[in-house]
Amino acid sequence: MNSDQEFAKHAGQHADIEALDPELQQALGDFKASVHAWGDAMVSRPRTVQHTVVRRAWRLAAGTVLASVLIAGAVTAELYEHHEHQVQQARIAAEHKAEEQQRALEAQRAREDQDLLAKVDSDVSREVPSALEPLAYLMSDDTTTK
Amino acid sequence: MASADEIAAQQFSDTVAACRPQIFRFLLASTRDPDLAETLTQECFLKAHRSWSQFRGESTAMTWLMRIAINLQKDHWRNRRLQFWRHASTSAVDVDEASHWLPSRESSPEQQLLAREKVAHVWRAVRDLSERQRTVFLLRFVEEMELSEIAQSTGLSEGTVKAHLSRALARVRAELGGKR
Repeated sequence: MNSDQEFAKHAGQHADIEALDPELQQALGDFKASVHAWGDAMVSRPRTVQHTVVRRAWRLAAGTVLASVLIAGAVTAELYEHHEHQVQQARIAAEHKAEEQQRALEAQRAREDQDLLAKVDSDVSREVPSALEPLAYLMSDDTTTK
Repeated sequence: MASADEIAAQQFSDTVAACRPQIFRFLLASTRDPDLAETLTQECFLKAHRSWSQFRGESTAMTWLMRIAINLQKDHWRNRRLQFWRHASTSAVDVDEASHWLPSRESSPEQQLLAREKVAHVWRAVRDLSERQRTVFLLRFVEEMELSEIAQSTGLSEGTVKAHLSRALARVRAELGGKR
């Protein structure tokens, strides 16, 4: 098939499609040239496999760091909470102990006061003034005669 | 004397060298993503290498490879639609950025600017085409394939190819007409 026949065949085949106005033809020609230029520039550029690997490695590293930070944060929060709980427990225990000590101290003071009063009573009762001795004697007689 | 395997390997190697730029360019224009186009091109040739022994030469090697590339591209979009969150990681360039690529002809800056604007309009129209229309349009007007070759590559009838091409052109015409 010579070129004229081929042209005639294509012209017939694309009659409805290729009835393009010059401006559209120009735009399509520029578009084709643009895609070819872009393709040529991209196909001859250094391969991006390494770049992709590096990017993935960066993503992996960033993900690992982020995960580590989150885990560390969670662990720290847990430890802090545990520590706070322990401190609170110790404070409550100390307060209880102080209260008990206070109660024991108050009880001891009460006992001492009681002892002191009893001692005073006993001392007072033993040291009856001499002027009241006859009266005391009479009272004791009165109880024995009944 | 070279064995049959060695001859086949050499033939495949020659085919890769001859067809790789065109396959890559088609995938680049379809996806506007150089990294993705590179990956799909490599996958295309890997697949072709695996089934090279089954290639009977009923169509040209380019048509056969283009069919593999189109199917890979389809699979990619299908997977991407299912895994919609992958949209975040796309590295596709904007149509305005894509239109910056123009060969430095001997023309005035004004003409260059005008050409760039028109290319941007065509890119916008191409972006909004359906997947099939875009494929047919790019094969016809960028790769300059014949309708019969496009039909073989896409697995469509020539009539269907014509219909898609006609709709795609109408879209491009409207885009250019609207912005003129």
